[in-house]
Amino acid sequence: MTDYDAVIIGAGHNGLICGAYLAKAGKQVLVVDGRDQPGGCASTRELAAGFHISDCAQWLYQFDDDIVRDLGLQAAGLTVGRAKHTVALQSDGDHLSIDGDLLRGAGIEAKDQAAYPLFRQQMNVFAKLMLKLYRGRAPKLVEANWTDRLTLMKLGLGLKLMGKGNMQDLMRLVLINIYDVMNENFDHQGLKAALALDAITGTGMGPRSPNTVFTYLHRALGHQLQASGVVQVMGGMGALGESLKSAAEASGATVRMGCRVEQIVKEGDRVCGVVLADGSTVPTKAVVSSADPTTTFADLLGYQHLETGMARRVAQYRTRSGTAKLHLALSGLPTVTGLDNDALSQRLVIAPSMESIELAWNPIKYAECGHHHIFDISIPSIEDPSLAPNGQHVLTALIHYLPYEPQGGWDAHRQTVLDNLIEQLEAYAPGLKAQIVASELLVPPDFEAAYGMKGGNWHHGELSIDQALMMRPFPGSSQYSTAVPGLFLCGAGAHPGGSLMGLPGRNAAREILKQGVLA
Amino acid sequence: MKQYDAIVIGAGHNGLTNGAYLAKAGLNVAVLERNPYIGGATVSRELHKGWYYSNCSYVSSLLRPEITRDLELPRHGLQVVPFGGGTTFMRNGDHFHNFADHDRLYREMARHSKRDANAYDRYAADTSLQTKLIRPYLMRTPPDPTSMKPRDLADLLEFARSFMALGEEKLLDTIKFWTGSVGDYLDQYFETDVIKAHIAGSGIIGTALGVYSPGTAYVLLHHYMGDVDGNVGAWGFARGGMGAIANSLSKALQSYGGEIICDADVDEIIVRNGRAKGVALKDGTEYRADIVVSNLDPKRTFLDITNPKDLPEDVLKKARNFKIRGSSGKLNIALDGLPTFNGIDPRSRMMGGEMHFSDTMARQERAYDDWKNGTWSKDPYLDMLIPSMTDPTMAPPGKHMMSVFVQYAPPKIDGREWTDEDKDGFEKSVLDQISNYSPNFRDLILHCETRTPREIEAEVGLTEGNIFMGELTFDQLLFNRPFPGYSQYRAPIKGMYMCSSGTHPGGGVMAAPGANAAREILSDLKRPNTVPGGYADD
Repeated sequence: MTDYDAVIIGAGHNGLICGAYLAKAGKQVLVVDGRDQPGGCASTRELAAGFHISDCAQWLYQFDDDIVRDLGLQAAGLTVGRAKHTVALQSDGDHLSIDGDLLRGAGIEAKDQAAYPLFRQQMNVFAKLMLKLYRGRAPKLVEANWTDRLTLMKLGLGLKLMGKGNMQDLMRLVLINIYDVMNENFDHQGLKAALALDAITGTGMGPRSPNTVFTYLHRALGHQLQASGVVQVMGGMGALGESLKSAAEASGATVRMGCRVEQIVKEGDRVCGVVLADGSTVPTKAVVSSADPTTTFADLLGYQHLETGMARRVAQYRTRSGTAKLHLALSGLPTVTGLDNDALSQRLVIAPSMESIELAWNPIKYAECGHHHIFDISIPSIEDPSLAPNGQHVLTALIHYLPYEPQGGWDAHRQTVLDNLIEQLEAYAPGLKAQIVASELLVPPDFEAAYGMKGGNWHHGELSIDQALMMRPFPGSSQYSTAVPGLFLCGAGAHPGGSLMGLPGRNAAREILKQGVLA
Repeated sequence: MKQYDAIVIGAGHNGLTNGAYLAKAGLNVAVLERNPYIGGATVSRELHKGWYYSNCSYVSSLLRPEITRDLELPRHGLQVVPFGGGTTFMRNGDHFHNFADHDRLYREMARHSKRDANAYDRYAADTSLQTKLIRPYLMRTPPDPTSMKPRDLADLLEFARSFMALGEEKLLDTIKFWTGSVGDYLDQYFETDVIKAHIAGSGIIGTALGVYSPGTAYVLLHHYMGDVDGNVGAWGFARGGMGAIANSLSKALQSYGGEIICDADVDEIIVRNGRAKGVALKDGTEYRADIVVSNLDPKRTFLDITNPKDLPEDVLKKARNFKIRGSSGKLNIALDGLPTFNGIDPRSRMMGGEMHFSDTMARQERAYDDWKNGTWSKDPYLDMLIPSMTDPTMAPPGKHMMSVFVQYAPPKIDGREWTDEDKDGFEKSVLDQISNYSPNFRDLILHCETRTPREIEAEVGLTEGNIFMGELTFDQLLFNRPFPGYSQYRAPIKGMYMCSSGTHPGGGVMAAPGANAAREILSDLKRPNTVPGGYADD
């Protein structure tokens, strides 16, 4: 039996990336995962015979280009589609297209058109500053070592260099809500809503919640990381997982699917191995978990191995989510008034106004399902016909917001909500209902069950400032190492957080190598 | 045309404090007031014979003891009497009493949840740590992080040091606290709805946010950082009503030779060659001074009484974007006798404490949803007190005065102005809420003064009826208040200053903005400082 330097829990994108980087550095690495498909949330599933859908994440927009290059993912089979622009569907059929700096349609006025590139420009200035924090570990502030101090100095210098005006704006903006910022900059309801959607995707917040400018910047950072903009992965998102697995294996890592980790073994005050579902124990120098922090500490390690203060932090880590997903197999291409085939293949969003997003958010605070929802739609089979039988299509949509558990349980609500969602889509795409071959609604507990993310939270824990940066996942366990020697985090629950970004995995690998614990 | 050394616009508590310190330094000061009476939102008036209405601010804790002592306010008639405890009534007929006595509070909490009772000390210690951090900065001018001046750099360094002294984990916890919601904060300690709801109220009072909106944990702190006679976090009544604070400040001002001119409605600040030179009133009167201090909120200061041509574009933009949303209303009710409340002995000290009627944070959050939807809360969060229980001078013998603070009431209804019918509907929702727990309350009402944001704005001049003169969110706190780059009380026009609650450290009857602004003005005039520094906490 091989002695592994590191065992990585979870073959999601971050686990595989971390494993690949460690293996490239010559370490003996085992990546284990209970699922049969690699990639975690980067997954493809057959919805109905011949219809394939990206089961969880549907867009790639902030995957670090450096990782693609370092790991040779293109050679390993990763192909992405054309850059998508956003089409915000309006009820009158005069839709709004947001393509780079260019706004078209929906009666956009010159004032908004002029303000938009300036707004983007400023957001990019801020995002570039954030990137200094994202591409490495988040610095400690008091117990800072020279690496941390250097990061802080770079950050301070970056702040000064962006100019007094930008710095004053950032100080004001960073903790406020996207709702106010949109109203300060733009007039058009649909434009404000389409942009605000980026700030709330994957969070449990509405556009009026303070801190949503931070989440907007988190997403805006995508432009800095992934030059292509929003794209779909050819063959479905699972192809990204497959390519990462191949790359990790090519680097020398062993990837074992279909074998979940049951327990993290701690002896004395050190973590020294994992117990697998088949009962075997794998000894190792380091356990690197890409599972979410709650699963890692509460389920796999166990509260009995944590001191009280840390146990409390684990229990208090917030994993609420309001994101659900609608999957449809369609007998033909849906007709949306005013959109041609090319426009249909773009990212389509239904968010009439910021108020409508806020109203869609209110019900989940009380565990209610609400009647109006916000859609972020992809019809990937237009660009990638392999996803559906000839002439037929699949449609996937992110739905905001649905609660984790409505009163009475999901069994009592699922069908009603699904019907209601289809009804809402039908208003924009007449005839859609008649085209449906198969349909399903995935709600937060489904994601929790299928992908192990607590609360069904896509970011492995809410991404709000108090759970971000050096506070992610919680004080005392930042910088990828934890309060338990030998145990590391490399998933979205670690800095810089969720989305298909790859930075937690790579940053963790670098940090672990630098610490020399695998030597 | 009369000439003064300094003119202060607005005789609210901050204007009076500012004027008092300038006069104390020997300046010839006039404080101008639009209304025929002084006090602004720190006011008590005998609207009905024998009943004194503190119809805006209603309790005192934040008023800085440094100022109380330095200006000898007790000698000028100010006496603050603490009141103990509070009650939240529950829909199931039970209630939660927030006793001032620690052991009684423990037993009361344990009656609801043993776990919560045991968590309370941890909660109190963590919260008082935050209080201790912020208190030393109340009587100071915030440093400007965008400035390279030695004074700012030194202050920033000191600010950073005091935070670094916390150690890594406590520092991060502090950042979490400052950026988090009161709901999430309380969820970390307590499991019982009514206990959380009782405390959470302090996180939303005067705030256009819900209990689960990030940023509201700080608002909780804002209500905890004051003290009565050194008891941090305690609240009290000014004997004779909140107007007693303004009255004592005005006497202090006059004792230093300062002047108050009522019925003086300022139309515009006179600026010549980029320098403030005085003010012109709406009736055409002009007063001249080289120092003009505005105690109006930042929106009124820069968008109403300053000529836009005298201001740089960035300040106009910042003033337009300043967040000053109205979210509160007030009912002042004269009662024929003492109402009874379900489950409370009329002789209990709790009758003199605050009373609330929202027993879950979810109800408070729904109350906020109504505000977002452009209407008043149908199930409002109330902070209700009967000040005459503690201070009998507020009402005739045997009668009582009731003060009801209401969260939430929007500045506009569905985007249009309030109508009298709206006001009646708002009033009814509040009276219904109280009647649910007090069967004889409605029959005792002699007169009820209902104030929506519309009335508060019209009478007191608080834009949108925002009681803090600008929201207390991080984008508008410390070096960001009122705007980044303008947090040191100086307006962009030479000789013009700001001293309102729209400046650091913000709203509440604190008087610190007025005092801090005076210190900056005296420093610019190269006069000896008359403003005390902050007291150290024990």
